[in-house]
Amino acid sequence: MKLKGKVHKFGNDINTDEIIPARYLNTSDPEELAKHCMEDADPDFVNKVRKGDIIVAGDNFGCGSSREHAPISIKSAGVSCVIAKSFARIFYRNCINIGLPIFTSPEASEELKPGDTAEVDADKGKIRKARSKKEYSSETFPGFIKDIMKAGGLMEYAKKKK
Amino acid sequence: MGHTITEKILLAHAPGVKDISPGDFIRAKVDLCMGNDITSPIAIKEFRALGKKKVFNQNRVILVPDHFLPAKDAKSANQAQLLKDFAGEYGITNYFELGEMGVEHALVPERGIILPGDLMIGADSHTCTHGALGAFATGVGSTDLAYAMAFGECWFKVPETIKLVFKGKPKKWVGGKDLILHAISDLGVSGALYKTLEITGPAIEGLPMDDRFTICNMAIEAGAKNGIIEADKTTEKYIKAALRKYKQPRKSYNLYKSDPDARYSDIREYNVSKMEPVVAAPHLPSKGRPVSEYKGVKVDQVVIGSCTNGRISDLKTAAAVLKRRKVHPNVRLVVIPATQSIYKEAMDEGYMEAFIKAGATFCTPSCGPCLGGHMGILAEGEVAVATTNRNFVGRMGHPKSYIYLANPAVAAASAVKGQISHPSEL
Repeated sequence: MKLKGKVHKFGNDINTDEIIPARYLNTSDPEELAKHCMEDADPDFVNKVRKGDIIVAGDNFGCGSSREHAPISIKSAGVSCVIAKSFARIFYRNCINIGLPIFTSPEASEELKPGDTAEVDADKGKIRKARSKKEYSSETFPGFIKDIMKAGGLMEYAKKKK
Repeated sequence: MGHTITEKILLAHAPGVKDISPGDFIRAKVDLCMGNDITSPIAIKEFRALGKKKVFNQNRVILVPDHFLPAKDAKSANQAQLLKDFAGEYGITNYFELGEMGVEHALVPERGIILPGDLMIGADSHTCTHGALGAFATGVGSTDLAYAMAFGECWFKVPETIKLVFKGKPKKWVGGKDLILHAISDLGVSGALYKTLEITGPAIEGLPMDDRFTICNMAIEAGAKNGIIEADKTTEKYIKAALRKYKQPRKSYNLYKSDPDARYSDIREYNVSKMEPVVAAPHLPSKGRPVSEYKGVKVDQVVIGSCTNGRISDLKTAAAVLKRRKVHPNVRLVVIPATQSIYKEAMDEGYMEAFIKAGATFCTPSCGPCLGGHMGILAEGEVAVATTNRNFVGRMGHPKSYIYLANPAVAAASAVKGQISHPSEL
């Protein structure tokens, strides 16, 4: 799978209250959640984001609450993947489980700038700035996590397993 | 090579796995899985999509509508209704309706539902609270909950363990909250990312269960997968009393200890003897400093409650500070006992009267304002002192409001003075 989109950059320790504030948690409708994606980190994000765009963040992205509404809002806002220096644990597994591609790459997190266009080869975990030869690698996933991601998430994986 | 408590519990729950090391990916059986009114609706939808006629065990699924209940609006009421309907349809025994309901991480241990040696997942980040009983308990998302409800298992990466050793004897007004805020400030909010915090030492042995729950509750605020304290006499006394009172079907449990040659990725020691109460400033729980450094910060609201500090000893401490005193005229004091049983005990022991006479509002159990739900949302520019666990941007309301995290005694003293204060100043 190849992903390509404009980079939206965020700093360290972006928490799930910023990604989707609790005032919107009285629904789990993905389209509703998408309208408020990243609202308390950047109130203008939903107006700027286009289908396929990529979030690039620093350390500990998605820390705090376990709300799956956070990765759901990102996915349904059209973001194709998230690249970060590191991810908070629950957010990380939620992304795998709902099939939102994520890449841990300190190098890419450091060097990709807001407005850059990034290209990601999801299967190889290779990240590149468009029209540039430099390639950044990311941490690879073990076998069955890859299977979950390939299936499009844990429940799709479970349905196939049956 | 020896194993930590966490490794032993994971190994005991992973069929066919002979040995484990940090970094291994395993599938393990869960003893319990839990969700609340925010996270369960997604899990229920996903579970239903699988078309399964039964949950893996109807006594081992826990549904607690604690976040937005009593329903704050129609949408929240609809979410809660999904839980109620699902619980009825699938015969979920551990579903708690308003009137019985409490904040999940106080309610479940109080009733003896979780036992030492258990493996529990909860679709709520503060599920790590239950590690105070010598169990492995970790927060997951809704999809993990759906999968566990269906198959009774979950995937895990075996975590490395950081050992935190607390030595000395805490001074008056210093408790579990201060110890953990101090440790988080030392580790940083991602200092224990993906790892276990094993909490130990003579200072912990002397702590009552309520303080131990507070400590494990906030392990996630250092990024940890779980917090865990070896079960001892204090733990067993607590568990036995709960099992007797609530007549739980399970009676036996497993006590695990870390081996002397267990591997730790880091060991940190703290001397608590000279520690002052700790206050964490906006907007990270790792911004903890001695209370004296924030003295004089004006306060609009004080919240005493939550899965962190809404237990009976928290209310007892705060009530003692407030007795025969008045809440400052510029301050709203919101007190929320974490469970119905704590509410009743606070009433029987006279704590509730002390709060009300002081001018506080005493609310029904709920997560309430902790996550900016209801029952005390902050306006633009307002400052709160809260016994809760997170002081992120906008956590308790307006994105331009400010939360200082503190223990119940500091919170009560700050409510009286109208500014952040040490209880000994009163």
